[in-house]
This record gives sequence, C-alpha cells and structure tokens, in this order.
Amino acid sequence: MSADNPDVILRTYGVSKLFGKFRALNDISASFPRGAITSIIGPNGAGKSTYFNLLSGSLAPSGGRVEFEGRDVTNVPQHQFAHMGVAKSFQITNVFPQLSTRENVRVALQALVSRYDIWRPRAKLPGLAERADALLNQVGLWHCRDRIAKTLAHGEQRALEIGMALASNPRLLLLDEPTAGMSPEETRAMMDLIVKLAKERTVILVEHKMKLVMGISDRVLVLHQGELLADGTPAEVRQDQQVKRVYLGQRH
Amino acid sequence: MAVNEMSQSLAEAPPSSAGWFEFARRHRAGLASLFVLVFPLVMPFTALAANILIYGLYALGFNLVFGFLGLLSFGHAALFGTGAYLCGIAIVHFGLPWYAAIVIGVVAGAIMAAAIGALAIRTRGIYFAMVTMALAQCVYYLFYQAEGWTGGENGLRGINVNRIEIFGIKLDFIDPLTRYYVIAAFVILALFALSRILASPFGAVIQAVRENEARARASGYNVTLTRFITFVLSGAFCGLAGALAALHLSIVPIEMLYYETSGMAVMMSLLGGMGTFFGPFVGAAVFLLLENLVSLWTVHWQLIVGAVFVACVLFFPAGIWGTILKRLDR
Repeated sequence: MSADNPDVILRTYGVSKLFGKFRALNDISASFPRGAITSIIGPNGAGKSTYFNLLSGSLAPSGGRVEFEGRDVTNVPQHQFAHMGVAKSFQITNVFPQLSTRENVRVALQALVSRYDIWRPRAKLPGLAERADALLNQVGLWHCRDRIAKTLAHGEQRALEIGMALASNPRLLLLDEPTAGMSPEETRAMMDLIVKLAKERTVILVEHKMKLVMGISDRVLVLHQGELLADGTPAEVRQDQQVKRVYLGQRH
Repeated sequence: MAVNEMSQSLAEAPPSSAGWFEFARRHRAGLASLFVLVFPLVMPFTALAANILIYGLYALGFNLVFGFLGLLSFGHAALFGTGAYLCGIAIVHFGLPWYAAIVIGVVAGAIMAAAIGALAIRTRGIYFAMVTMALAQCVYYLFYQAEGWTGGENGLRGINVNRIEIFGIKLDFIDPLTRYYVIAAFVILALFALSRILASPFGAVIQAVRENEARARASGYNVTLTRFITFVLSGAFCGLAGALAALHLSIVPIEMLYYETSGMAVMMSLLGGMGTFFGPFVGAAVFLLLENLVSLWTVHWQLIVGAVFVACVLFFPAGIWGTILKRLDR
C-alpha cells in the first residue's frame, strides 16, 4: 500500500483506457513524488492527455486504480478533486469568457466557501475580494483585472487559468500543456511561474515540447503509443536508448 | 449573440460605467417594483396589465433556466400549469384559503420541476429541450385525464375568490385594480427574491456553469446539482405565476399546459432579452399587448406577432430590454 508512503502524492496502478476498441493507454503504473515537478512527455498520440485526464479525474480508467495521498480516487467525481487539494488547468484555454478577470478568480475562490447559498449577497463573503486580488497579483494579471476574460491575450488567459487553479490552494497542481500556442516570451514567463509555484506544491505537467521541461523537471515520464516507455530523472531519460529511438530521434 | 448582453446585466460592471447605471443595477428589484405599481395606470385595461404581470413572472422564472443557467427548456408550461391547477384544486376541492392555495401552487411548481429536472437535467442542448417537452406533454396528459380533479378539457372551474382579507383589511377581489395590486404584491416579492438569488453566491455559480461547465466542475462546483437546484427554483417562480393566474382568471384552462405555453416563455424571453433581469417582463408586455391590440382588428394577430418576433431576433438579438441596457451602458 502506498498509503504508508508520504513521499508519494499520486500513484496509478496499471491504469488503462479504451476508447471503443482503441487502446489509448495500456497498463500504466507510476508514482509521483511529493514536492517535485514531474513532466509527462511523449510524441503526439502517445496518450499523455488521456493519462492526464485519468490523473485529474476528468476520465475514469477502463481498468486499474488511481490513488491520491493513499486514497483511492478512481471513481471520485471531478468536482470533488478541487476540495481534496488537486487542481488542474486545461490544454485548451478554459476560463469563464464573459466574466471579468477578477470575477473569474473570485468564482474559483468561492467554490471553497459557498456553493449553494441562494440568499446572502455574495459581495459580502468575507475575504474573497482580497484573496482574488492577491491571486491576480501572483499570476501577473492585476493590470487587466477589470477586463472581460475573452478579451485577454492568449498568454494572459493561460495565466488566468493557472490563477483559478491556484484558488483552492492545491497541494497538487496538474497542468496540461501550459505553454501550448504561446510565444517564446510567454513560454518563458510561464516556465518561470511554474517553477515559482512548484516551491510550495507538487506539480505534474504534460508537455509536448521535451526540451522545455528537461531543465525544470525533477522527474520525467515518457509515454509512447499508450505505453510507459521510460521513467526517471531528466538525465536518465535522455540516455535511455528506447526514448532516443522513438522520441528524440524523430523530432529533435 | 445575446450572450454578450447577459454578462452585462450579470457580471461586475466595469468601473467606467455611469454612477446612475450602477445605482439602477443595484436597485433593479426596487425599480422594477415601481414600474409594476404604476403599470396599470398606463394600460388600456387593468385585466391585461394583470395578465402581463403573471406572464412576465412566468417568463422571469423561465429565464432563470434559459438566460442565466443557459439551458433551453421546452417544458415550462408543466411548471406553470401545475402551479395553477394545484392552487385551483386547493380552493375548489379542499376549500383552502387563497393564500394557502398560492403557497401550494408554489410548492407544486417546485416539486414538478424536481420531478422533471431529475429526469432531464443530465441532458444538454437540443436533448434537454426535447426531454423537457416530452415530460411536459406527459404532465398535460395526466391533468387532462384526471377529470374529476381538473375538469379535463373544460378546465378547472369555480375558483371563486371574491373577497379577501389581509391583516384584517377586507378587499374586494372582483375589483380589477384591487385584484391587480394583490397580484402585484406577490410579483414584487418574487422580483426581490429573484434579484437576491442572482446576487447570491449561488447566482455566481449559475452563471459560471452557463459560461463554462468544464471549468466550473474543475473549480469544485457540482454542475448537475447546480442545474437541478436552479430548475427547482425556476419551478417555484413559475408555480407562483400559475397560482396567480388561477386566481386572476377564476379558471384554469387546459391550454395552460399546452406546449404553446412553453413556447410563449421562450418567445417572451427572447423578445425582452434573455439573461437580463427585467427583459422577460418587457417581452411578456410586448407579446401580450400585440396579441390584445392586433387581435382587435385582425384574427391573424399571430402573423404580426411572428413578424415582430423575427424582426427582433434579426435586428435586436439581445432583445428589446437587452438592447436598451447595452445602449445605456455605453
């Protein structure tokens, strides 16, 4: 049982995922160390996003088990993950487009304090406004707090999404291709932000661009065609013959 | 898209907007109530004004699900009709006082919404519209068949409330203006309740679910339960509208359960402005005024109403009230 091991925050036991007859993931067992940045990499179609969705509870595995802090979370509904201390950002930008930047963060914060109160004015919920402003500062969006979210630049929307994920002050932050579609400057800023956030929590990120994550990751998992190909430190993974063949050889 | 306007009435206003607009937003329920109070004075007949109030409230309740939650229900006639029938049955068959009958109508609307919602709430988009419509047809059939209780196709007759007493004051409920103001009192209560719900934490959750279901879920909101609760709240408002209609008309016609009645709520909300606080009221007023005035000189009034509706959707996609709000907010 992993329950005894506090150094492991998240663990999968032989998880598989079938879409119809297509086997997107096959029997993946891995554990994610607490307090580290672990990157899941692999070429297109490797099953990264599927694996990510199993980890974040958006998909239920066809077989196997997911454990968070020793608790079986395989069939826990998605909306409860935020309350357990797990937050995620999406691969495709996913904010509340018609609401202001500040209201986006405020709604995310409110999820932990008040979800079904239909009577008290929400403006009077104590502390929410201050915490929303602090979060906006943390992710560098203070200057556009009053703008409608859909009018933000792409990089700003991604930062907003991270801000919303941080609202629950998660112990585990799951990021699905956080730099997808970003300019080089935006990418650099995002990487800096991730490193900063990882000082206080565990980060698991899915990334397509291998080079990007090698420098900041403590551990790297390589997926290929739904199989776990390699699992180790960036240096180990770089030396792995199989990884070189299927991944590095063809792209970089 | 009308979606743009929804957020203006809902989301925090940009700080640049004029102070009086902010004031109006904050006191929307009070201002709407003022309007309700002077409304019969500018209307051709008081009975029509009362009708507009009732249908306005019905559309308001519908709009909670349609405009604010973002689900198109085609079965709201069942909630409106259930409120009306149960209010009527309480008076005709059980001889309950009128105020108790109203409470029963509200509760019945909510219970019916819970029953329909429990079955329909997991579906989206066109499927939600279809399922709610099908279930509403079942409700229609149920009331149609239960002739002993509901009068079947003749409607439920004999809801005769002539004199009512409020805190010792005796009122003549047959006098149209008195009747209007009794109904208006309940509508004003509902306006304040709705405004309060929209300004509550749950009001923010409703709009979050409409805006982005996946994000709302990832933030820790139970999307299905949020939808269900909103649907039940909507049922309570529509049940109240139905109960008031029963008292106003002294009869519950079976037509109240027709799917046309469901469609009316959609039209009124779109005409006035979906997702705005007061839009459905405006929509109900325009719809019923057109119906009443145009039908005076032609039996083809539906043609005119239809043309106005099409013109509105084409040229004012935010609805009449939504467009006005948008202009003012500039």
